[in-house]
Amino acid sequence: MPDPAYDGPILEIDNLSISFFTRLREIPAVMDFSATIMPGEALGLVGESGCGKSTVALGVMQDLGVNGRIVGGSIKFKGEELTTMSPDRLRDIRGSQIAMIYQEPMASLNPAMKIGRQLMEVPMIHEGIPEAEARARALEVVTDVKLPDPERILKAYPHQLSGGQQQRIVIAMALMSKPALLILDEPTTALDVTVEAAVVELVRDLGQKYGTSMLFISHNLGLVLDTCDRINVMYSGEAVERGSITDVFDEMQHPYTQALFRSIPLPGASKTMRPLKAIPGNFPLPHERPPGCNFGPRCDYFLPGRCDAQAIPMHRIAGDDRHLSRCIRVDEIDWKAPLLGTLETAPTEPGPVVLRMEDLKKYYSVAANAMFGGAKKVVKANETLTFDAHESETLAIVGESGCGKSTFAKVLMGLETATDGQIMLDNQSIGDVPIEKRSTQNVADIQMVFQNPFDTLNPSMTVGRQIIRALEIFRIGKNDAARHDRMLALLDLVKLPREFADRMPRQLSGGQKQRVGIARAFAGDARIVVADEPVSALDVSVQAAVADLLMDIQREQKTTLLFISHDLSIVRYLSDRVMVMYLGHVVELGTTDQVFAPPYHPYTEALLSAVPIADTRVKKKHIVLEGDIPSAMNPPSGCPFQTRCPRKSQVPGDLCERDVPPMRTLATGHQVKCHLDDAVLDAMEPVIQIAATQDTA
Amino acid sequence: MARMIFRSLGWMVATALCLTFIVFWLTNLSPNLEKLAKTQGNARMADEEVISWLDNRGYSQPLLVKYGEWLGVLPGYVIEGSDGELRARCSTRGLTIDDAPAFCGVLQGNWGFSTVLRDDVSTIITTRLGLTGKLMFWVMMVMVPGALIMGILAGMREGSRLDRSLSTVSILTTATPEYVSGVVFIAVFATSTFGMNWFRGTATSAMDDANFNNFFLPVITIALYGMGYIARMTRASMTEVMTAQYIRTARLKGVSFRNIVLKHALRNALIAPFTVIMLQFPWLLNGVVIVETLFNYKGFGWTLVQAASNNDIELLLGVSVVSVFVVLITQLLSDIGYVFLNPRIRIS
Repeated sequence: MPDPAYDGPILEIDNLSISFFTRLREIPAVMDFSATIMPGEALGLVGESGCGKSTVALGVMQDLGVNGRIVGGSIKFKGEELTTMSPDRLRDIRGSQIAMIYQEPMASLNPAMKIGRQLMEVPMIHEGIPEAEARARALEVVTDVKLPDPERILKAYPHQLSGGQQQRIVIAMALMSKPALLILDEPTTALDVTVEAAVVELVRDLGQKYGTSMLFISHNLGLVLDTCDRINVMYSGEAVERGSITDVFDEMQHPYTQALFRSIPLPGASKTMRPLKAIPGNFPLPHERPPGCNFGPRCDYFLPGRCDAQAIPMHRIAGDDRHLSRCIRVDEIDWKAPLLGTLETAPTEPGPVVLRMEDLKKYYSVAANAMFGGAKKVVKANETLTFDAHESETLAIVGESGCGKSTFAKVLMGLETATDGQIMLDNQSIGDVPIEKRSTQNVADIQMVFQNPFDTLNPSMTVGRQIIRALEIFRIGKNDAARHDRMLALLDLVKLPREFADRMPRQLSGGQKQRVGIARAFAGDARIVVADEPVSALDVSVQAAVADLLMDIQREQKTTLLFISHDLSIVRYLSDRVMVMYLGHVVELGTTDQVFAPPYHPYTEALLSAVPIADTRVKKKHIVLEGDIPSAMNPPSGCPFQTRCPRKSQVPGDLCERDVPPMRTLATGHQVKCHLDDAVLDAMEPVIQIAATQDTA
Repeated sequence: MARMIFRSLGWMVATALCLTFIVFWLTNLSPNLEKLAKTQGNARMADEEVISWLDNRGYSQPLLVKYGEWLGVLPGYVIEGSDGELRARCSTRGLTIDDAPAFCGVLQGNWGFSTVLRDDVSTIITTRLGLTGKLMFWVMMVMVPGALIMGILAGMREGSRLDRSLSTVSILTTATPEYVSGVVFIAVFATSTFGMNWFRGTATSAMDDANFNNFFLPVITIALYGMGYIARMTRASMTEVMTAQYIRTARLKGVSFRNIVLKHALRNALIAPFTVIMLQFPWLLNGVVIVETLFNYKGFGWTLVQAASNNDIELLLGVSVVSVFVVLITQLLSDIGYVFLNPRIRIS
C-alpha cells in the first residue's frame, strides 16, 4: 500500500506519450503531456473532441485497450509508477485509490444489476468487508449524494432512475472507497443545465468533504472555471497551455486558448455589436499533423520558418505560478491587443408577422402500461402556446429536456397535428394539416436544421445528390442542369467549396455536415427555419462559425429562425426574442434583453444561474434547483414549476399548487407566467453581473 | 402477465385453425384423395370405384363441411353408400350407428383415426410425442450448456486464440446438416470401418430403454447442428457486452476478470441467445424428422413422415396442431423468460 504519510503530489504525469497502433501506422494520441495534481487540488483538462483528453484519463487508469500503448514518459500515483505496475497491484488501486466518473451514466451502469449490488461491490472487493457493512456504507454514500429515499434506490435497477440520479449513483460508486484521485470524464455532458449545476455543486462539495483530488475533463470552459483550481488546455494531442485558472483565463499566453475564448459566446458578445470569431480551418487528423506547432495552420500569429521549423517545447511564463505555454512566440505577441477584423453589422429590422400560434395544444394519449394497455393517460406536451414570429427575426425557444420544445417543432413541421389551437402561416391555418397533405410550397417554406448532423445525412449518397433530392421534392429548377447549378449556389451560400458536391458525408467534419444540413433546409428558399440545437453537437470552435452562417443567411434571405436550444449563452448571443418553456408551458417570453434582465420568471432565473460562464469577472447568483423535472405524464397541480421553485414561499397561500398562473404582460411585450407579486418581481437582482474591470478582449 | 398469456393462447388457437385448414385443403385435393382410396381400398380400382369409395366415406362433401366435421362444429356424416352399407363418421371404436354421437370432432376430443397406423390419432401422438420429448430433452441438455459455454469462452476475449478455435468449431458444426453428420457418425462410430464401433447405429431400442450406447449418436447429431448456431449467437452477444461501458466501469472498479465475466457480463450476454434457444425448440422438430428416420427412432418426426407419405389426413392434422402449439408455447415461454432476464422490460 502507498505510504499513508505520503504528502507529495497525488498524480504526477511526466512527458507522457500515448499511441494507438493500427495495421497501417502508429497514431500518436497524446504527446509530451505533463501535469501534476497536489492533494485536494482539481485540475481541469480542456479541449475539443479528439484532442486526447480522454486518452490521458484512460492512460492514468492504464486501460488503453489492446491497441493503445504508452510509448514514453511516466505516470506516478502517490510516487508509485503506474506504467510498469503489475495487473494485480493495478486492480487494487482501481476503484479504491483512483475512481472514475463517466460521460454517460446510463451506459456505465450495469443494466441487469441492482444499484445496491453495484455499489457494495467496491468495498467488498477492496476492503473485504462483509455484505451487511458494505450495504450500510452504500446507504451512507447514497445519502451523501443527496438522493431521495436511499433504501428504494439501492433496490432499483439503473433504468428506473432519471439521468441526473444515475449520474449521482456513478458518483456515489466512485466515492465508495474514498479514493485519493477522482477522474471525471465529461460528467455532465448528457445532463440538463439545471441538473448539471446540481451535480457540479455536489462534486465540488464532496471533493472538499473527502479531500479528494480531481482530474476534470471537459470541453466546457465555464464548468472548469466553476470546479477547478488549475487548467490544462489541450490541442491535437498536446497540452498547449497550463497554469492556474486565473492565469489562463485572464492572461492566456497561447493563441489557441485565446482563439477558443474568442469563439465562445460570453456575456457582452452579440451578433451585431461584437460577433464571435470562429477559429478558421479544421482540427488536424492525428496522422496528418503539421510540422512544428500543431495549431500553426489555424493560428493568426503563424510565422513560416519559425513556427513550423521544429517541435515546440513548453515555455515557462515568468512571474506566474507554474504557468506554461507551448508557443514559440509567447514573448513577442501582445496578448492584450484587442480583437481586430470583426465587422459590426446593422441589426436587422423585424418584418411583418409570418407565423402566429394561437393557443396551440398538443396532447398525446399513451397507455399507462405498455404491456397490458390499461387506463389511458394524457401527456400534455404543449399547453396553450401563443406567440408570433416576424420575418427576419430569431426567436429562441429555450428549455430543458421534456419541456415540449421538440413537440412544438414537430407540430409546426406537420409531423404531428395540433390537438387544439391554430398555427397560422400568412393567415393560412396549418396546425391540423399533416405534412403529407401540405402543399409543396408550404413544406418548402418551413424547414428544419437538425441537432445531430452525423445522423441526418444519408451515408450512401453524395452531398450534392442529397441537396438535389431536396430540390426535386420542392419542384425547383426546370431540369437536372438547372438543379445542379442551384445546388452549387447553395454550397456557395453555406460557404462550402463546390468540390464537396461529389463527396460522401463520411468525408466531412461535423461542422461541414451541419452546413450541408443548412443548405438542404434552404434549398426551397425556406421562410421559416426551425433550428433544433443546430450547434450543440459541434465542437466549440466550430459552433461560432455555424451560428454566424445561420445569421448571415438570415440577413440575406429575411428568414424567420426558430432557434431551439438549451444553451443560454448562444441564445443570448444570437436571438432577438426568447421564449422559455417548462413542462409544455411558455413561462416567459420577451426580447432577449428583457428575458436576460430582471424581472425574471423564477425558472429563467434558475436556468441563468445554472449556465456555466467562462469568464472570471462574472459573478453569478447561486440558485440550485432541487430534484428533477417532473414527468409530463404526471405533471404537478397548479403551476408546472411549483415543485422546484425556490420562490414558492414568496407567494401567499397555496396559490401555486392550486392554479396555473395567468400569462402576465409586464413591460412592453414582456410576458411572465408567474404568481409572484409585482413588488417581488421588481426587487429581483440580475443573476449575472460582470465585475467592472477593464475590458481586455 | 395473465393478459399476456391469454393473448398468446388466443393467437395459438387462431394460428392452429389457419394452419390446419391449409393442411386440410392440401390433403383433400382430389389427386391426394384418389391416392388415399387406392392405398386403403384396392390399388387397381377403376375411376368410378374410386369415386364411389370416396362418396361412401364422406370424402366428397364440400371442403368446409368436412373441415367442420373434423373440428366438431358440424354433425358427422351418415351416408348410405352405393354398396348399401350405412357408414357414419362417428361410428368408430365399435360404436354402432345408433349409439354414435352426432358430433365427433376435435372439440369433442376425437382426433380421428389414422388410416395408415390403424390407431387413434390421439394415442399415436401422445406416445410419439413422448418419445420425441425424451430425445429433445437430451438434445437440450447437451446443446444448451455446451453452446453457452462455447460462446462465452469465445466471446470474453474477442480475437484470442481460444475465440478463433471455438468459432471455427461452431461454424463447422452449423455448416454440416444432420443428414450429413448423422451418416458420418454412423459410419465412423457405429461400424468397424475405423475401428471405433462404440455406439449403436440404430436407436430403435432406445424407445424403450435409452442408454448412452444407443442414444448418444442421435442426440449428438441434432445437438451439434444447433450448438454451433447458438454458440455463434452467444459469442456475438458476449463480445458486444464485453465492450460495453459498464464493463469498463467494472474493470476500473477493480473487479477481477473472472468476476467481470461471471457477475457483470453473463446475465446481459444471455438475453439475446435466450430467444434464439427458445426458437430452436420448434426448429428441432424439423431436425428430428431427419434424425428419427435416419436412426429409425419412431417418434414424432417419424410419424410425420409416415403420415405425409401416406396422405393420412387426420394424423397429419393432429401433427400440425401439435406443432403449432409447440411453436407458440415455446414463444410464450421465451417471452416470459426474457422478462425475467432483462429487468428493463420487467412488468411492474
